[in-house]
Amino acid sequence: MKQDFKVLGTRPIRPDGLDKVTGKAMFGADKSVTGMLHARVLRSPHAHAEIVSIDTSKAEALAGVKAVITGDDFEDVDNRWTRYTMQNCMAQGRALYDGHAVAAVAAVSKKVAAEALALIEVTYKPLPHVTDVDEAMAPDAPVLHEGVKGRNLGDDVSGNTVGYYSFGHGDPETGFAEADEVIERTFKTAAVHQGYIEPQACLADLGADGRGELWCCTQGHYEVRRICAEILHMDASQLRVTASEIGGGFGGKTTVFIEPVALKLSQKAGRPVKLVMSREEVFRATGPTMSASMDVKIGMAKDGRITGAHARLRYQGGAFPYQMVMLGAMSAFAAYDLEHVQAEGWDVMTNRPKMISYRAPGAPMAVYAVESVVDELCQKLGLDPLDVRIMNAAREGSKSSYGPTFKAIGLVEALEAAKAHPHYSAPLAPNTGRGVSCGFWFNFGGQVSVSMAINADGTVNLIEGNPDIGGSRASISMMAAEALGIEFDRVRTIVGDTASVGFSDVTDGSRVTFAVGIATINAAKAAIKEMCKRAAMIWEIDEESVEWIDGAAHAVGHNAGTLPPMTLAEIAATSGKTGGPIAGHHEGAPDKAGVSFGVHLVDVEVDPETGFTAIKRYTAFQDVGKAIHPAYVEGQIQGGAVQGIGWALNEEYIYGEDGRLQNPGFLDYRIPVASDLPMIEPVIIEVPNPGHPYGVRGCGETAIVPPLAAVSNGVARAIGARLYALPMSPPKILKAL
Amino acid sequence: MRYVVAKDCPEAVALLNANNGARLLAGGTDLLVQLKQGAAKPNILIDIKKIDGFGNIAAEEGGFRIGATVSGAEIGAHIALKAAWPGVVEAVELIGSTQVQGRATMVGNLCNGSPAADSVPAMLAAGAVARVEGPGGARDVPVADLLKGPGRTALGSAELVSSVLLPKRGARAGDAYLRFIPRTEMDIAVASAGVNLELDAGGVVVAARVALGAVAPTAILVPEAAAALVGSRLEASALDACATACEAASNPIDDKRGTAEFRTRIAGVMATRAAKTAYTRAGGSL
Repeated sequence: MKQDFKVLGTRPIRPDGLDKVTGKAMFGADKSVTGMLHARVLRSPHAHAEIVSIDTSKAEALAGVKAVITGDDFEDVDNRWTRYTMQNCMAQGRALYDGHAVAAVAAVSKKVAAEALALIEVTYKPLPHVTDVDEAMAPDAPVLHEGVKGRNLGDDVSGNTVGYYSFGHGDPETGFAEADEVIERTFKTAAVHQGYIEPQACLADLGADGRGELWCCTQGHYEVRRICAEILHMDASQLRVTASEIGGGFGGKTTVFIEPVALKLSQKAGRPVKLVMSREEVFRATGPTMSASMDVKIGMAKDGRITGAHARLRYQGGAFPYQMVMLGAMSAFAAYDLEHVQAEGWDVMTNRPKMISYRAPGAPMAVYAVESVVDELCQKLGLDPLDVRIMNAAREGSKSSYGPTFKAIGLVEALEAAKAHPHYSAPLAPNTGRGVSCGFWFNFGGQVSVSMAINADGTVNLIEGNPDIGGSRASISMMAAEALGIEFDRVRTIVGDTASVGFSDVTDGSRVTFAVGIATINAAKAAIKEMCKRAAMIWEIDEESVEWIDGAAHAVGHNAGTLPPMTLAEIAATSGKTGGPIAGHHEGAPDKAGVSFGVHLVDVEVDPETGFTAIKRYTAFQDVGKAIHPAYVEGQIQGGAVQGIGWALNEEYIYGEDGRLQNPGFLDYRIPVASDLPMIEPVIIEVPNPGHPYGVRGCGETAIVPPLAAVSNGVARAIGARLYALPMSPPKILKAL
Repeated sequence: MRYVVAKDCPEAVALLNANNGARLLAGGTDLLVQLKQGAAKPNILIDIKKIDGFGNIAAEEGGFRIGATVSGAEIGAHIALKAAWPGVVEAVELIGSTQVQGRATMVGNLCNGSPAADSVPAMLAAGAVARVEGPGGARDVPVADLLKGPGRTALGSAELVSSVLLPKRGARAGDAYLRFIPRTEMDIAVASAGVNLELDAGGVVVAARVALGAVAPTAILVPEAAAALVGSRLEASALDACATACEAASNPIDDKRGTAEFRTRIAGVMATRAAKTAYTRAGGSL
């Protein structure tokens, strides 16, 4: 594997920086066109209700209203998952959660659209609702959709239970019998929102000729195109989707909430339609992640060896079938090399907004429960929590708890770095506890397309198909520069629309630097091959006698030393006379993503009189394989840690008895603010992924996994009592004291 | 909706008198949010920012008179006011964010009628007096008498508060305000306390006022908590008695921001901590 990098590992100025700090960058709501209408969506005030009738006549009669739509305007689709997405965008027959869209209006102004909403008369017949996962699983629970109960599930669970998964090997009971100490605990975690700053926004234009243009804020415009084309019954080729700059996604923008509505309104009105969600709508109707109820049982020998482990995970994912607990069950024990392990999971529907991915979806809560029990065992047996984790750590050759055998991984390296770090041995102030947790994420490969053009002036343009949510334009340019042997400044990468470059999967799974990176390196190889061919032509030697070294063609073999090297710029300058433009492209589906482990250390101070928690020090260690642009990698690690801290301490969806969301805004949905946090110290560990030419694993998600347990373990050690539910808001901590 | 800039106080009062459903616009940091949410639908907005004198902080008989449109940022930057009433100033400075501070006013914070308003317990503890202007002329009303319930004040429909007077107090006096929020900023008090103390030369509390926020339908004065401090040097027994009196006076609601049980307990903690700060500011040593 390549080790001596010229560009990788440096920290060039981010290419999107100037536009973003000057306000020039175009986000979802920033685009407007002539003749554009403004849309608003009417939403259900009920947690669960039959829509008896919708009378839109008064709204349609209002001057300035150009289109009104309801669920009746959408034709059925074949793909059931697309149908769920469509019915989440616009209710058909029943409103399934507080905030579920029931109608939409397009009008000449926002004001008229708002007035029209008030004129739509909806008759609801309220139905029994359920928002808690355990209540929703109970056999007598009101069932959201009939006929979707998971296969092989018995009468002990309700029809809301849409899936069951089990992973592991050995026999946990045998393991527990070998243990000196066995602890079993039940945990609950609240649903939390991705909390991106930019609300969903789009501008749709679907003409009478059947051609569509869609500008939207998304993590994956090809996925938006697929879903919208299916719902609108269009050919994919006729819908061009352009991804705007994106003000955060964290998984929350991997599906659609408003785009089919805006397209349908545009189709009906014959005008472009802009639809921008309010923050309240974002909270009520876009996906938070799952809430969870979990049982974890772990047995440990006196020396710290984990003898057996078992987890039962019940996740609540909102108003439609979904598949996500699987990833939690796979992640739960991934950090440990165990002989006897099983993790089971159930996906459950409730009257809440449909869940969508949130950074390492499914893993943080499962790992929180596991790492809490491991910590409690360490306390009970008087063992050092890092030593115990090092003793039991998964390493190269370990059979993972979810099946595959690990190749080279960096968990032990991260644990040992944590042990050696000054943070771990620093003295603790009064009322302060130090928490430790491991975390894990799979990372992903997926489909990718890259197109690279070598310009006549020796510069390079590159088009990729993945929205840049974490600095990928910089890292892709860096990998292109490294592969071509030129300077970073010579490369400009853009995110192309769906008509300008081949299919690319959604920006998720920490996959872009890995997968687009491989495609970029292969595109560069194709361009290099062509440049070597041109050099051979000019030199009148065989192609096989030309090699690419440090950005230039070199004659090798019996011609070596007889010809001066020909640089990329020199070859590009004459390309018009040697066969035309030089380019390279690559399409593929790389599948050798490398898993990533993290270890977090946190010092938490608890005010014994109020239950107020203060994060005093935080250090995050993470194996990223290879950090292409270390500043971005550090930012990812810090951002993940902060989101996990919020999850641990104060973030939660609060539902009333009426099933309505009580805190749809940033005032009462409390993400951490800057003054709540110390500087998070990221420590990058680089154990190269053998599946990537430069060793890249991906780094965006792992960092949100450890903080929940790290903070909870810190609180437990600070106050001498343990909480088994998140968030650990001050009233709950004070009660535990 | 009409927007009118009042050129003087009588015009503002006359406009209020002539229009049901009028709202006054000073900083607008509460009103604009209500407008956006559709919670307020006034037919006329009366901008009082241009009224002569409303934007002044003036020394008056050893105290300070703060005009209706003086912003939090201006109050925070007033060195003499901050030295005289540090507790009131720190309370005002907690309203909203740095950006909101440039607009938000102390008088608006009072007239909005929120039980959790940060400046109100501090004003109660200070013994602040509001100047109320109406069709019948001006009258002075203790801030404590203006508070009626969530979103409600004792102001008549054609009345406005033109200023608030923080009165003169002795040299060995100090005040403090503390609130509890789950974060460190950008939040609304779960429970809060303002304490104002006067000491004798020996460090004994000779006068005290203790006020609580967010634990009742309005901010409240707790005379029993104040009485517990008078005659003490804030010994543990006095502070315990103060906290107990605060808990007894609290009558909070359970809601998404905190349980009644939690708010009650925190009220006492905030009051005793604020008392210690006020005591130190008054020149006492703990």
